[in-house]
Amino acid sequence: MILTIASGKGGTGKTTLATNLAAYLGNRAQLLDCDVEEPNDHLFLDIEWDERETVTTVIPEVDEEKCTRCGECGEICQFKAIAPLEATVLVFPELCHSCGGCFLVCPEDAIDEGTRELGMLEIGHYNTTGFVHGRLRIGEAMAPPLIKKVKEKLDLNKIAILDAPPGTSCPVVNTMIGSDYIVLVTEPTPFGLHDLKLAVGVTEKLGIPAGIVINRYGIGDAGVEQWAEKQNIPVLLKIPFDRKVAEIYAEGKLLVEELPEWSQMMGELLSKIEKHLQN
Amino acid sequence: MKIAVSAQGKDLDSSVDPRFGRAPYFIIIDPDTMEYEAIDNKQNLNLPQGAGVQAAMTVIGKEAKVLLTGNCGPKAFKTLKAASVDVITGVKGTVKEAVEKFKKGEYKVASGPSVQSHWS
Repeated sequence: MILTIASGKGGTGKTTLATNLAAYLGNRAQLLDCDVEEPNDHLFLDIEWDERETVTTVIPEVDEEKCTRCGECGEICQFKAIAPLEATVLVFPELCHSCGGCFLVCPEDAIDEGTRELGMLEIGHYNTTGFVHGRLRIGEAMAPPLIKKVKEKLDLNKIAILDAPPGTSCPVVNTMIGSDYIVLVTEPTPFGLHDLKLAVGVTEKLGIPAGIVINRYGIGDAGVEQWAEKQNIPVLLKIPFDRKVAEIYAEGKLLVEELPEWSQMMGELLSKIEKHLQN
Repeated sequence: MKIAVSAQGKDLDSSVDPRFGRAPYFIIIDPDTMEYEAIDNKQNLNLPQGAGVQAAMTVIGKEAKVLLTGNCGPKAFKTLKAASVDVITGVKGTVKEAVEKFKKGEYKVASGPSVQSHWS
């Protein structure tokens, strides 16, 4: 099963939920941190690293001897990453989305495969829980290709927990695609509700069932609960606002290892998800 | 010789647009005869990226040898330079005023882009 933890709003508790759920499940889980722009699940888990690889993407390299300046590569490129001029053919690697269009249309076979570094893929484990994350190269603007590489490491024999980036744009959509279920973590505030609505919109477009976890329950207002009820979206778990939780988190520790009620909550969350998927 | 001016409208009384890649129009003009043509750049306004490169290709395709604009980023600048188009940035006022100033030699050709890349 593939379970994505997403949120819309940042700072609601995606990482906290993803890491604790994975640790609770132990050898039944694999945790994939898909927030490649700022991965931080590893800060809460004492990871033993097994593998590290550089991830690259294909970009065009033009053989100017063979090139007849027909201009077809420039025509097909939707991202303006290749500019065929009389004097030379310019390539802007940072604009290239690696669609391969220019390779296909070049009648002279003048385009060779070059590479652009996207970042690093790191694979390891925490006790018996599998772990994968990506680190986007600083300055790289495109996260989705690296997220796809992280997801290539999915172990379908496990409950794969995907920790999504915040927001509702391409990196989030790329993380969510292919998931069996999406857990949306929010907080009971107007800000939390606003961004939750956006995130629910994405899950609906993708046609993936989703449920809500309300973190820091007890602060704010009842807006999230009322809205969820009206929309008929299940509230899977309410995590009470608790200073102890903040203290354990601040020390970079796992809540399931410090507070017994957290194991109970994780168990409850999983059974609610199963129940929702059966209906 | 033709020159290109990034413009907010279709005629010589339009203001020079400070943006190059996402200017609504380019006025391609012969400064000797003041004969001109307005190129609609609307499709470029909606490009998610690469508007500067595309705008440079448009100017190059119209065989302009000089560009008068407000700002020009590094990719557009590199593309224009590769086609030997002189770039003049910091241009203000109407298209007509800009062309008159150009004719009087009041502008200096830029040696580099005037703004940074959006990408890196």
